[in-house]
Amino acid sequence: MSDDASLNQEGAAEPEEISFIGRVGSLAISALQEIGCLVWMIKETGAEVRDRVMRGRSPIRLEQLFYQCDRVGVGSVPMVILLSLFIGLTMAMLTGYQLEIFGIVTLVPGVVSVSFTREMAPLFTGIVLASRVGAAYTAELGAMTAGGEVDAIEGMGIGALRYLVAPRFLAIFLMTPCLSMVSVISGICGAAFISSILLHLSYGYFYDQVVKYLLMKDVLAGGMKSLLFGGIIGVIACYKGLAVQGGAVGVGTATTSSVVTAICAVIACDSISNILIVTFFP
Amino acid sequence: MNSTPETMVEMRGVELMFSDKAVLDGVNFSVRAEEVLVIMGMSGSGKSTLLSLLMGLLEPNKGSIFFKKENLTQLSRAELNAVRMQIGMVYQNAALLSSLTVQQNIALPLEELSDKSREEIDTLVDQKLEMVGLKDIRNKLPSELSGGMQKRVGLARALAMDPKLVLFDEPSAGLDPINSKLIDDLIIRLRTEQKVTSIVVTHEMDNAFAVATRMAFLDGGKIVFDGTPEEFRHSRLPIIISFLSSFSNHRKSTP
Repeated sequence: MSDDASLNQEGAAEPEEISFIGRVGSLAISALQEIGCLVWMIKETGAEVRDRVMRGRSPIRLEQLFYQCDRVGVGSVPMVILLSLFIGLTMAMLTGYQLEIFGIVTLVPGVVSVSFTREMAPLFTGIVLASRVGAAYTAELGAMTAGGEVDAIEGMGIGALRYLVAPRFLAIFLMTPCLSMVSVISGICGAAFISSILLHLSYGYFYDQVVKYLLMKDVLAGGMKSLLFGGIIGVIACYKGLAVQGGAVGVGTATTSSVVTAICAVIACDSISNILIVTFFP
Repeated sequence: MNSTPETMVEMRGVELMFSDKAVLDGVNFSVRAEEVLVIMGMSGSGKSTLLSLLMGLLEPNKGSIFFKKENLTQLSRAELNAVRMQIGMVYQNAALLSSLTVQQNIALPLEELSDKSREEIDTLVDQKLEMVGLKDIRNKLPSELSGGMQKRVGLARALAMDPKLVLFDEPSAGLDPINSKLIDDLIIRLRTEQKVTSIVVTHEMDNAFAVATRMAFLDGGKIVFDGTPEEFRHSRLPIIISFLSSFSNHRKSTP
């Protein structure tokens, strides 16, 4: 290779390197900006709620909270039951076939119930809620932002964050652990059903083993994770909705981004919380 | 530094940039109590932006905005919300909450911000609807109303809290002449009967001259004219001459 050619190569490589670093940098900056905006939204929502309480008024209308809980909780029950039932069923079947090789198929109830309570139920409930409720929150708030409704609420002095974000956030925060418990029960039922047919474990034996192996700390770990996931989905979905720009297209883009971000955040937080739980509360 | 007591609204050296573009470049004006100030200007000159600044929905890059004695640029969100309760705004697109009925839209600020009972709120909603010439639409959704009706419901909602200052963003745009006159009469009645101060942003010259006690013209991000309607009519500023002549030419060409 001639000197000229290497010079050209170097000359071509240099701007590429800068542009790659620049891209990484701008991605990092926009990620930090988004996190900053999320923190600002949480802080301001808290401030509006606190201010309202200080003035002796209820920060959230109960009918609004119940309506949101109904949408998030009751509305998601069929989907959560159906998915958990099939996942529990598949999990028991696959675990059973592997454990059968070692002759310890009797461990299936314990393995399935503990793993479902600690891991699968919170995670799948989180993913279901991020796609079903998170998308709805973002689309709804996004349409309101694009149509000037959020500005109108803010302009009246009502406090858009308190009025719109607080009930939605509280509903998903409270309903996620409840749905997670529904998921646990459905998953275990699915597992018990398939175990009785394919692994020849009776329902009574399955129940006894679940009670024996499932500890309160597993339930607490699952519950804490569900609360965390609910909060994360609520904050991301509301923020993405309120940050919509550019009309109908903007609402669509924000909704997709909300679901993707929430699912990634839930999975990432699941890993981190597993490490923390296993390390500090083995 | 505070504005004088009789001044309802004051902007001092307000500058606002969107990206690198200066939308407002040193806006100064004040509105005294019980005045109706009509702000005119070309499309995209920043008139609606000016109203958003007055509501505290946007923050200026430079300058101060006073409502009575409060500097809006220095207030916390909670303090700003308290100030906003004294200001009503009629939006160009009405901005009604699409999931709420007409009754719920008008009642919303009363339910959220006042201690009034259900019966009092219902009575007030009926009164406000009557003021804007609407009846029997309490249970309709905004999507079931025409654009003009939505705008009038928006006006009823803006008046729900009996504000001291009402901001009108193109109140007559899209309305038929009868409803347009109804809005004009309402702005005049608000000033004479309820001592309400109004700032009206409009393109409609007829409506502007009908309601204004003072007029201002926004051009190049600055208030280039501020005076009485009569002074506006006889202004020698090229942009205003051009604006007025376009209007009169349009009037002449209309059969």
